[in-house]
Amino acid sequence: MTFKTALMGAAALVALAPAAFAERGSDGEVRIIYWQAPSILNPFLSGGTKDLESASMIIEPLARYNEKGELVPWLVDEVPTVDNGGVSADLTSITWKITPGLTWSDGTPFTSADVKFTYEYCTDPDGGCAQVTKFEGVDSVDTPDDLTVTVNFSGPTPNPYGPFVGGESPILQAAQFADCKGAAASTCTEENFNPIGTGPFVVDDFKPNDVIVMSANPNYRDPAKPAFAKVTFKGGGDATAAGRAVMETGEFDYAWNLQLAPDVISQMQEGGLGTPVAGFGPLVERLMLNNANPDPALGEMRSVKADPNGPSEHPFLGDPAVYKAMSMAIDRPLLVEVGYGQAGKVTCNWVPAPDAFNSTALTCDTQDIAGANAMLDAAGYMDTDGDGVRETPDGVPMSILYQTSTNAVRQDFQALIKEWWSQIGIETELRNLNASVFFGGDPGSPDTFQKFYADVQMYANTFNGTDPQAYLGNALCDKAPRPDSQWQGENISRTCIPGYDEMHAQLQATAGIEARAEIGRALNDMAVENGMMIPLVHRGRLSAHANTLGGVVLNVWDSELWNVADWYRVDG
Amino acid sequence: MTDAAHNSPLSDPIPDKPPRSQWEEVWSQFRRHRGAMISLFILVVIVAGTYLGPLIWRADPQAIPSTLDMIKQRDARPIYTSIWDSGAKVQWANPLGTDNLARDNLARLMYGGRVSIAVGLLAMALSIVLGALVGVLAGYFRRLDSPLMRLTDLFLALPLLPLILVASLLFREPLSAAFGVEGGTFVLIVSLIGITSWMQTARIVRGDVLALKEREFVLAAKSVGTRPGRLIRRHVLPNVLSPIMVSATLGIATAIITESALSFLGFGFPPDFPTWGRLLNDSVDRMVSFPERVLWPGLMISLTVLCVNYIGDGLRDALDPRIRGR
Repeated sequence: MTFKTALMGAAALVALAPAAFAERGSDGEVRIIYWQAPSILNPFLSGGTKDLESASMIIEPLARYNEKGELVPWLVDEVPTVDNGGVSADLTSITWKITPGLTWSDGTPFTSADVKFTYEYCTDPDGGCAQVTKFEGVDSVDTPDDLTVTVNFSGPTPNPYGPFVGGESPILQAAQFADCKGAAASTCTEENFNPIGTGPFVVDDFKPNDVIVMSANPNYRDPAKPAFAKVTFKGGGDATAAGRAVMETGEFDYAWNLQLAPDVISQMQEGGLGTPVAGFGPLVERLMLNNANPDPALGEMRSVKADPNGPSEHPFLGDPAVYKAMSMAIDRPLLVEVGYGQAGKVTCNWVPAPDAFNSTALTCDTQDIAGANAMLDAAGYMDTDGDGVRETPDGVPMSILYQTSTNAVRQDFQALIKEWWSQIGIETELRNLNASVFFGGDPGSPDTFQKFYADVQMYANTFNGTDPQAYLGNALCDKAPRPDSQWQGENISRTCIPGYDEMHAQLQATAGIEARAEIGRALNDMAVENGMMIPLVHRGRLSAHANTLGGVVLNVWDSELWNVADWYRVDG
Repeated sequence: MTDAAHNSPLSDPIPDKPPRSQWEEVWSQFRRHRGAMISLFILVVIVAGTYLGPLIWRADPQAIPSTLDMIKQRDARPIYTSIWDSGAKVQWANPLGTDNLARDNLARLMYGGRVSIAVGLLAMALSIVLGALVGVLAGYFRRLDSPLMRLTDLFLALPLLPLILVASLLFREPLSAAFGVEGGTFVLIVSLIGITSWMQTARIVRGDVLALKEREFVLAAKSVGTRPGRLIRRHVLPNVLSPIMVSATLGIATAIITESALSFLGFGFPPDFPTWGRLLNDSVDRMVSFPERVLWPGLMISLTVLCVNYIGDGLRDALDPRIRGR
């Protein structure tokens, strides 16, 4: 045993060696490709992942999540908790202690004034800050001294790690952005394209929607890092081309978010120059069930519930026998095999991660067509006219419209699920829509996922950080999209489950991870069992790095480039 | 000399065949164009294959086998692959292999061809009828020229794809209700492509009609009192047939490609409904491992377009009275 431990220790030393002995800029250039091109480097003015992640190499938050979803100190010495006195006992304030001696890339000191400025910048009512939800419930930000920041909340906040935590809430330099507050925010092109930060790299040249050239930050806090002197961050193209560029031709070192079928990925991997890496966050591919009636004859009230707090108004999808049978007819392991391979797992849950929140109450990993048929027979859904499609007891044929965005994997899923549903007597019409229309949120378009002019729709959704409280709030009755709310609202399935809203309120008032997880799991089970959705696949994020690039740790809880300072070149 | 009377120099020879009609003349001229004859043959084979083929090859293009069979049967290569690769996964039940969901490639190719050919031909027919009508009217009647040509300019200036997207949003559901999902989409796509692609034909035809109108034979016809309707049908239309044929053949290719672009954007046929354009689109990701999946639909589109082009060429020669008989 000791010998084995010694061997492993030696192995770890060898693995660490290149990183430990490297000096700043000794490894030349690293080339990163994102198939969506960054258009701005100020994440407060853009919600796009591409912009957040490219900016995360330059500007940093006080603390961020690591690959396990744990909070790690970044520009501070420790993460404040109730136990170490950083969070007040009544949960209304949190105090951060900034690491002494930090400087911006221009050499000026990093102080609490910068943090306070970031708060003021984002909460300016004229500014249109994209990350303003991060500062929800913040009453004020105090700076007792240069290295102390206290965030005061307007009420008890069990999860105070919203502001200044994670890639969506980095700190801007007060001196640089002083004139860019409020309405001027979007006019400050020079500042938004070249932010001064504390991160491992500084911007040399930024061509919006094309390429960013960066070089190592001479004032970075760790004198040995980053190992790369130069970064070329290329945007644009498509996932296939990006995967090829890393794994087959070796033109790039890192490719982001390769949502491609597993056989396509393994074909690329045979190129031998790169390796795909997968990480699992809470991303779930699911079928949303419409709890309203999408009949076009309803006009204005199409896909809108007449009584927002009432039960499902769909002709048959609100019946547990129907949606349970539809779920039983699906062969989830096969979907994973066809669509995601190593980047997917079977799930029956809406919140499959972090582990504490992953409910084990439901099972769904075996297909049961016979059982589904029996369930529908018992509930009175019979094929009375012999056309192979069941009718409800009221004589409505069970035929449904199933829509999703245009994507090869999703169209394969549609074809498979249509086939399975046809075996239980449910007729399915398929429809696919361009992703930028489907997810575009334009209230004038009838084809958005918010309007939900279909019976069933498929997409994936997730949440940021590790606490699903806001995400679980997506099933609250009053969050349903309606014409009078310009179709905004996150309760896409228009569900309203008795007792759910009360339990969610209880979650908001509960502190302590164990207790919160227990309520979270109960909420998850409630939503799935009451016909809000049919979860299909727990999806990982798949990226690829060149075999010569070391130190990549795929992080799904924060920016993928969170540890770019630790990346190094492996010889070979 | 038993049939002396017949050969007598003093009597006119009695024709042993009745005089040939104009269309028989055209046909005999057309038959002399070898390229056109070969193309006609290939096109007939393709059309028959797509329409009659499914009666013989009865595999369902949309059926997916159940789990275990699907894993076993999917991603099969065409039979001919085993000639050079003895380890290839082939199965006699699927001569052209299967796709990644174990659907039969041959059946999908045949059903896809039905839709693509029908869309291409009908949309082309609609667009040349519209184009020729507008072009002849504008060229022949001076008073209509300006308004009709401004209308043509207007259509040319419209961005076509957004227009088609908006129109399909507006009319998709009423048409689906009237003709069923697939029928409604078919009517929609054919009419949209037809209505948005007649402008080039109209302009070319107008130019030719303007020139023809001043020619002596037209003047002669006018001078003997031929009415405009008859003049157009008898003298103008046959002479502008060649430009119409050329734009018609180009139109088929455009129609097939526009249909696939629409399907790709989600405004065409349902995603599991095969058309040649969609088969191509779906297969691009796996082009390296399964070249046949892009090769066959691509080959079919190219062959169809090429054949129609050649037939158009042959028809133009056959219809032109100056070339005919040489």
